[in-house]
Amino acid sequence: MEGGSAAGHMTLDVARVKKDFPILDRDVAGNRLVYLDSAASSQKPRAVLDAMEHYYVTTHANVHRGVYTIAEEATQAYEGARSTVARFIGAPSPRGVVFTKNATEALNLVAHSYGRSVLPAGQAVLLSVTEHHANLVPWLMLREERGTELRFLDIDGAGRLILDDLERKLDGVGLVSLAAMSNVLGTLNPIAEIAAAAHAAGAVVAVDAAQSVPHAVTDVAALGCDFLAFSAHKMCGPTGIGVLWGREDLLEAMPAFLGGGEMIRDVRLDGWTPNEIPWKFEAGTPPIAEAIGLAAAVDYLADLGMEAVREHEVSLTTYALTTLGERHGDDLRVFGPPDPDDRGGVLSFTYRDIHPHDLSQVLDNAGVCIRAGHHCARPLMRRLGVPATSRASFYVYNDEADVDALSEGLAAATDLFSF
Amino acid sequence: MAGLEDLYREIILDHYRSPRNRGELPAPPARRVEGFNPLCGDEVILYVDIDDSGRISDIKVDGQGCSISQSSASMMTTAVRGRTEAETRELIRAFKAMMSIHERDLDGNGESRPVTPGPSVDMGELEALRGVVKFPVRIKCATLSWNTLAQAFDAAGLEQARD
Repeated sequence: MEGGSAAGHMTLDVARVKKDFPILDRDVAGNRLVYLDSAASSQKPRAVLDAMEHYYVTTHANVHRGVYTIAEEATQAYEGARSTVARFIGAPSPRGVVFTKNATEALNLVAHSYGRSVLPAGQAVLLSVTEHHANLVPWLMLREERGTELRFLDIDGAGRLILDDLERKLDGVGLVSLAAMSNVLGTLNPIAEIAAAAHAAGAVVAVDAAQSVPHAVTDVAALGCDFLAFSAHKMCGPTGIGVLWGREDLLEAMPAFLGGGEMIRDVRLDGWTPNEIPWKFEAGTPPIAEAIGLAAAVDYLADLGMEAVREHEVSLTTYALTTLGERHGDDLRVFGPPDPDDRGGVLSFTYRDIHPHDLSQVLDNAGVCIRAGHHCARPLMRRLGVPATSRASFYVYNDEADVDALSEGLAAATDLFSF
Repeated sequence: MAGLEDLYREIILDHYRSPRNRGELPAPPARRVEGFNPLCGDEVILYVDIDDSGRISDIKVDGQGCSISQSSASMMTTAVRGRTEAETRELIRAFKAMMSIHERDLDGNGESRPVTPGPSVDMGELEALRGVVKFPVRIKCATLSWNTLAQAFDAAGLEQARD
């Protein structure tokens, strides 16, 4: 695919993109690596790896505390990363961007600091049956601890949230927490619509954006959310760092999460005072190199253009659904919305009666990496009536040949397991 | 790197296609124990009848999961039928040793030494599962039913102690 179009935005040149990712050069037992598990974690472009190494080679020092030159440079690089992330998600200021360990920690922060201390007693939390455990367990813990009522939006046969009775479900709700994109079904949830209804009902809205920030344009104002959580490692960045964006007035009202250095203004033997936001929520030495890696990942993706990234995935998902459907027909059951425009490039499926484990094994033998299991969404598996599914997910470095390799692998599994 | 033929031996596929001893037993008097592999959704439900002489007089397995977990469960039921508790525990240890899992005994000093079963245990067709060790992620699939069976005996021991 050539870059550039009459409309003015770039389309993805996948052949060129692939060259940016060094791991794609390796083979697995003589097969080229066909990585179809970016929903679990994404691969890293050379630019991200170089940025992190460059930091350690030239600049590393602890942040916010040194007067010497490289300490100042490190602080500027770290805070610069914060600004880069803020711009990427359309945040009004970097003051609302908190660096965490990952999206899971970000959601735990909201459950802990907002759920326990700011959410009025007696007000419920609204979730859905499709949530990842990261956006479920912290709320289950809140219920165990404080008796907070949890309500759940259900899904229809195509994996879309049922919103007919949303107003009624929102009555008495103080906080809504939902995924922007399901990591199993690929469903793109109508966050803006839900947020408007939630705000009208007096509730705040947290969004688990782990699957959406890497794959589509993100703008917190357009989403209308009050909190947004995502992880660097799913968007070409390193592991060990994630982001909680929060509305500044909410973050200011919330008590600190973890205690230690950096997050304080003063500490005495008989008490302490917290730092301003966002540092109030960043205890201890932060993942500095990782923040720089995340900023490099943001620059890489911004350079590709998130519209182009999304367009590429819609195109690839269309190709996958079409060709896999043609070749395997009823042997293949794909979950989630049938229209590629309504979903992300995450395809959970069952294939004949071959267990996802065995399917994964056969595909591994051909160098194809897919995920098998419950995908950290066991309530959703029960809701779908399956113990486990296989899952293939696409990103910027996948192309039609990768989809073809998946298709071949399914046929090979049939040969081995035909009864 | 190991090929698939090391893992999916014909005996394993045979037990997967035609699992032996599928079903349930009335429990009580049979012991009913559930085993579950949370990583992937493999599930094994064992029904074990232990007669007065302490032998497994009947054993049935229910559940669902991957070919390795289900075929291992099937092979296990044929291997332990008629055996005493001591013989069964020995076989469980031998199987886990084959899966490169060695139990450790802590002596008074807190040191650990590996305990491997004696050479006299005949694995029979269970040998077919030896290839699983080349695919470490699948070891838990193979040992699921065996760990569940051990629990059945632990439960039996507890009940006897209570009486």
